[in-house]
Amino acid sequence: MAWFEKVAEAPLRIPTETVWAVCPSCKAYVEKADWKAADKVCPRCNYHERLGCRERVALITDAKSFKELNAQVGPNDPLKFKDSTGAYADKAKATVEKTGIGEAVLTGTATIEKMPVVLGVMDFKFLGGSLGSGTGERILLAAEVALKQKHPLILISASGGARMHEGIVSLMQMAKTCAAIARLKEAGLPYISILTDPTTGGVSASYAMIGDLNIAEPKALIGFAGRRVIEQTIKQKLPDDFQTAEYTQAHGFIDHIVPRKEMKSFLASVLRYAGCSC
Amino acid sequence: MAKKTVVKKDTVEDIKQTAWDIVQLARHAERPNITDYIKLMCKDFVELHGDRLFGDDRSMIGGFATIGGEKVMLIGHRKGRGIEENIEANFGMASPEGYRKAKRLMKLAEKYHLPVVSLVDTPGAYPGLEAEARGQAEAIANNLEFMATLKTPMVIVVTGEGGSGGALGIAVGDRILMLQNAVYSVISPEGCASILWRDGTKAALAAETLKITAPSLKSLGIIDDIIPEPKGGAHTDAATAVAAVQKAVLDNLAVLKKISLDVLLQQRYDKFAAMGRF
Repeated sequence: MAWFEKVAEAPLRIPTETVWAVCPSCKAYVEKADWKAADKVCPRCNYHERLGCRERVALITDAKSFKELNAQVGPNDPLKFKDSTGAYADKAKATVEKTGIGEAVLTGTATIEKMPVVLGVMDFKFLGGSLGSGTGERILLAAEVALKQKHPLILISASGGARMHEGIVSLMQMAKTCAAIARLKEAGLPYISILTDPTTGGVSASYAMIGDLNIAEPKALIGFAGRRVIEQTIKQKLPDDFQTAEYTQAHGFIDHIVPRKEMKSFLASVLRYAGCSC
Repeated sequence: MAKKTVVKKDTVEDIKQTAWDIVQLARHAERPNITDYIKLMCKDFVELHGDRLFGDDRSMIGGFATIGGEKVMLIGHRKGRGIEENIEANFGMASPEGYRKAKRLMKLAEKYHLPVVSLVDTPGAYPGLEAEARGQAEAIANNLEFMATLKTPMVIVVTGEGGSGGALGIAVGDRILMLQNAVYSVISPEGCASILWRDGTKAALAAETLKITAPSLKSLGIIDDIIPEPKGGAHTDAATAVAAVQKAVLDNLAVLKKISLDVLLQQRYDKFAAMGRF
């Protein structure tokens, strides 16, 4: 068969998704390689795309310094919760398998410019980064390690809030994590909170807001109640910049907004002010 | 003359109560509110106003109180009776200044060696524009951290609605008690229904699933004791209901006052650390 007789098996096209990344915020097309090189920050609008917890660990810690803690702690189902879409236990199990991170927060020890720290990094992909009993337990244990080793604690939040499926037990994780951080602070150890997109509800109303320093990524959504709930309550449309990192900083609750590229060096610099050394 | 059948209003005994029935009792317009508790339980009450930062939130009340022979710092959410009072009390939904006032008074309690008695009854923290601007999340978070290490005995009583973070913001303590027909939840049944069932009318089902009644919370290890209510609910006989709360508060304070502060704080930490550890 001559080449010109051959029928094309698939339409000849370059699959765009392998070449282009589309900014979720301004919809700009950015070459995928550039998007990656910019750590998933849009060169046009400065939107900081949500990152997985391991991507974040790689960005702010020294290479190969991260050692995970308490990987065995996972979700619990104290209510035997079931809704119209099925059982929470099944959803949690599927999420654990899909994400490979075990809970909505990855915790461990690491170094930042050779300074040892204890780190907790939330991942929005894990059930919306919701604060469940396993999440709270991992954070409490991380804080206890920091206390024991006399190292600073850094928590990076990305969460819609408490995990409804675990009911009151998830609410209590707010008190539990704050109790652990209170002890750390009493011991004079640094606690730095980094709020990324989004940090809302029960996470903003607990450990994310009580850092010695509250650091945010640009344009991250930060707030307590959801926009829709507030609009329904006050029967007014909210301003566009409402509950952004910039808005929250202007209202006095964020110390510094730090672009992703500068986060590691920024952390190293403030850790030194906090008395850390390698 | 035929005997007239007397239909007893609001009688719920002999009927299997659903969680949703209990939600109605917990929200009953005539249910004893903090004003009733002050009137019926306190020989003396000196209200202390304001957070010294912004204002005096009328949805959060606090002051010196004498219960039995015991001098305490009493704080609690305030629901009104009737529309005018309820508007003033913002239907029991506190703003950041309410939580900050509560914190200021608890700090004072520590200084004067007074135990804290906290009465919890709120649909939730106020989800409004100004509440967000003034840091609703930070105000609650700060209280959680603060209460974890407050050096004085603390007894919490959920008297009506324990609405999520808005309730928890004054509900970290050494003993958590709950009235028989009170509820305590991470989210309102209506909110949960509209998010997880995408159907606000499934609130009764959500209430059941969320396990928000006192016996459920007791079996989940979240609360210490259930305070019995008069048949038909606290609103049918406020004096009896309040007397039961008074007795429970005094009994618990008597036990807590015998414990040294170091041990008390360790027990408080352990209590919350154990929540959600399975």
